[in-house]
Amino acid sequence: MTDQQQADLRHDEMEAGTTTGLASPSVDVTDARQNSLWSDAWGHLRRNPLFWIGAVLGLVFLLVAVFPQVFARGADPRSCSLSNSQQAPSADHWFGFDQQGCDYLANVVYGARNSLLIGLLAVLVVLVLGVVVGAVSGFYGGLTDTVLSRLTDVFYAVPFVLGAIVVLQSGVIGRGVVAVAIALAAFGWMTAMRLVRSQVIAVKSGDYVAAARAMGASNGRILVRHILPNAVAPVLVYTTITIGVLIAAEATLTFLGVGLQRPAISWGLQIDAGQSLLRTAPHLVLFPSIVLTLTVMAFIMMGDALRDALDPRQRG
Amino acid sequence: MGRYVARRLLLTIPVLIGASFLIFAMVYALPGDPIRALGGDRPLAPAVVAQLRDDYNLDDPLLIQYAKYVGDLLQGDFGTDFRGRAVLDTITQRLPVTIRLTAVAIAFEAVIGIIAGVLAGIRRNGFLDNLVLVSSTVVVSVPILVLAFVSQFVFGLQLGLFPISGISEGWRSFLLPGLVLAAGSLAYVARLTRTSVAENMRADYVRTAKAKGLPHRTVIIRHTLRNSLIPVVTFIGADIGTLMGGAIVTESVFNLPGIGRAVFDAVRQQEGAVVVGIVTLMVFFFIFFNLVVDVLYAVLDPRIRYD
Amino acid sequence: MTRPDLSKTSAPAPGAGTPVLEVDDLHVEFRTRSGVVNAVNGVSYTLAAGETLAILGESGSGKSVSAQAIMGILDSPPAVITGGGIFFEGKDLLTQPAEEQRKVRGPGISMIFQDALSSLNPVYSVGFQIGEMFRAHRGTSRKEAKKKAVELMDRVRIPGAAARVDDYPHQFSGGMRQRVMIAMAIALDPRVLIADEPTTALDVTVQAQVMDLLKDLQRDTGMGLVLITHDLGVVNEVADEVAVMYAGKIVERGTVDDVFTDAAHPYTDGLMSSIPQLEAKGGRLTPIVGQPPNLAAIPSGCPFHPRCSRRRIGAEAAPGRDCAADVPPLRLVVPGREAACHYSEEVLGV
Repeated sequence: MTDQQQADLRHDEMEAGTTTGLASPSVDVTDARQNSLWSDAWGHLRRNPLFWIGAVLGLVFLLVAVFPQVFARGADPRSCSLSNSQQAPSADHWFGFDQQGCDYLANVVYGARNSLLIGLLAVLVVLVLGVVVGAVSGFYGGLTDTVLSRLTDVFYAVPFVLGAIVVLQSGVIGRGVVAVAIALAAFGWMTAMRLVRSQVIAVKSGDYVAAARAMGASNGRILVRHILPNAVAPVLVYTTITIGVLIAAEATLTFLGVGLQRPAISWGLQIDAGQSLLRTAPHLVLFPSIVLTLTVMAFIMMGDALRDALDPRQRG
Repeated sequence: MGRYVARRLLLTIPVLIGASFLIFAMVYALPGDPIRALGGDRPLAPAVVAQLRDDYNLDDPLLIQYAKYVGDLLQGDFGTDFRGRAVLDTITQRLPVTIRLTAVAIAFEAVIGIIAGVLAGIRRNGFLDNLVLVSSTVVVSVPILVLAFVSQFVFGLQLGLFPISGISEGWRSFLLPGLVLAAGSLAYVARLTRTSVAENMRADYVRTAKAKGLPHRTVIIRHTLRNSLIPVVTFIGADIGTLMGGAIVTESVFNLPGIGRAVFDAVRQQEGAVVVGIVTLMVFFFIFFNLVVDVLYAVLDPRIRYD
Repeated sequence: MTRPDLSKTSAPAPGAGTPVLEVDDLHVEFRTRSGVVNAVNGVSYTLAAGETLAILGESGSGKSVSAQAIMGILDSPPAVITGGGIFFEGKDLLTQPAEEQRKVRGPGISMIFQDALSSLNPVYSVGFQIGEMFRAHRGTSRKEAKKKAVELMDRVRIPGAAARVDDYPHQFSGGMRQRVMIAMAIALDPRVLIADEPTTALDVTVQAQVMDLLKDLQRDTGMGLVLITHDLGVVNEVADEVAVMYAGKIVERGTVDDVFTDAAHPYTDGLMSSIPQLEAKGGRLTPIVGQPPNLAAIPSGCPFHPRCSRRRIGAEAAPGRDCAADVPPLRLVVPGREAACHYSEEVLGV
């Protein structure tokens, strides 16, 4: 019997009540258990079809974003001819033409890059803010924690899209890719902060942290060596899902007219332009919508699969 | 119980003040002169500009501006927009639309979400369970924007079942936007219920209930669902506040004159007083429903009540 | 080895002698993703009214699973009862419709569990949960049920029962919570009470009080008591008969006096030597070597043989009695004593 099977068995037996579960020993997960957590997780991930669907979709999206010219089938998104305006999809032009008579496949394909850039950039800012504020808050506790937690509550209480709209509408940071990413992150970091904070608090009280402290480890060392590695799993799950959520939010802001502006190419702009033609040329809304949805779905599926793999309690 | 509520109430005050100040600062610290914009092509007379700046305290430091604003707010005065219309009028006119939209959405979310989640959770890994799992992943992944257009196209234009714009048809006008607004939460409720029910089915006290010889129905309803629904009910309660502030896209796409639409228009027209007034109200709802949930939690779970 | 304290004071209870529960060749397995776990592999015993049978074993020996099988509360899937019979007052529960089985749980057989905190529903008052027994089985009104709950709480000696009937489980101490469980279990005067590690989670002083309570209740009602435990001290104090389980089977059975005096199975012998004795201060403890068996891959022959110091394999073994190849049946070794070991006579020294 492989280790994997042994682990499954123990798990199933515990569920079935055949064994009286041992109180989980408080050991440092940074070493052995951490390794087995990841290899165990990979074992589960490998067998999860949702993960593979998500991973393939995500990979395709990545390739499209990096090499759009390859996927545009030779068409240039900016060379348009009004005589082709609103033409329906055909064998030569899979996605048809938009109102200006531009090849729609090329436009949709070229829209991937901005989505990816904003998604990644925004999630990076979210992570930095979330991890720093969360770790400081959870680790130091006391007044620091109270102040930072209330601050987080304040941001949390403002509706996400609305906050970003106000930031962008102010015009202080412009309407470019970076601006949209920052606006999204400014009102999107709170969940990451709460996640990291609660992990840090949970781990901080573990026996092995007390042991490390007793052996004279400094605060910084304990935080970096012992506490943060434990927070990696939930943060990874959260990050994956959040990229998808942020990409959808970018499209929303751009659709509402406060995100990316023409002549930038973006799915949000395409949906906005197409909405008034929903009756006559539904494909103009349909194609960017489908691609946007598949992209968001890729990240959410991967995130879901990761959570199932990393958190044994969630497994079916 | 009383002390618990009081403590929660106290904790929310700094959050309410902080959030409204955050919005206030963002709106009034914005560059661009809303007064000048008001005149359009014809510049306003300097005396008029000075009068308007004074009316809106625009020359005071930010904190003073805010303090004056809160002072007025506490007397029920939300201020007026640059065209002289009371913000409170806008709110009272628009709010009922948002409330109806939210009510429809919450109803969908609770009824469909809970039923789907319970059916999935009771028979884990069964057909229904997998159906709920897959469909909730899909629904969660569809951006609300996309969902709005797809549903308009399919149910409105193709099938002609529902109106897709405006509120002229009463409750029927709210069905489609309500479903769209609820979709994401609905999927989440289904999953939350499923996980919670499945977890509770394995709980020791459910085993006890079986060992007591209670009828199957009693074991499921009284000893599994009652416990499982605690997190679900609290999520739905908190979601009322979230949805009231999250209806901007739905109200825009379906052309519903609610507060979400109003605040979005106000942002674009730089109507600071309207933006701050409505967002403050949204924050208030958000915090209020979270408080309600905290209390509800204590009512539903005695372990919290007696802490 | 020094002998445990054998002084016992249990008087024969009313109705003693009539068998109320009979388990016959019970088999339970768990069908999991990674294979079949053979949790119970042919367990048989009988319990008379007023009798106390202790089932002794390590975790994973199948003692709890067999009890849950009797109660009909195994989670299925993954658990499947693959063979045998469970006879309550002469009728095989396994062949009865689910509704009939349900009606036995409570008035016929009832059960208490190790962890009373998690076994009681946190969102209902203890009075409600006790009263549920009357409401579900007798159709008693809610008000009447609550009155009965107070009486029962009095009976299990919960101080201030009337005042505490509306309290919630988390408001009680561990010992009091277990009393609530007991009150619930005895509410309908069951013929058999199965107690699964009832005192394991409790402090030593509280353990004794709870065991005394159980003994007193048994004396009053004449119910049969199946006591599942790994605590030899508890067995010695309250049980009449003891069955020792290993790898889903009973490996030795006899009266507590006999088994504790001189074990007939090397595993039982090992258990006795691995617990400290008050009289043997300074003596060495001899733990059983090796790990409990993996129930998905039970060793061939005698399941205990890899850990047994007396095993005989190959040329050493008598014909048909190779510990690694031949499964030892549970057989009568001396009058009143059964053991599943090829060489019990040697172990006993008879």
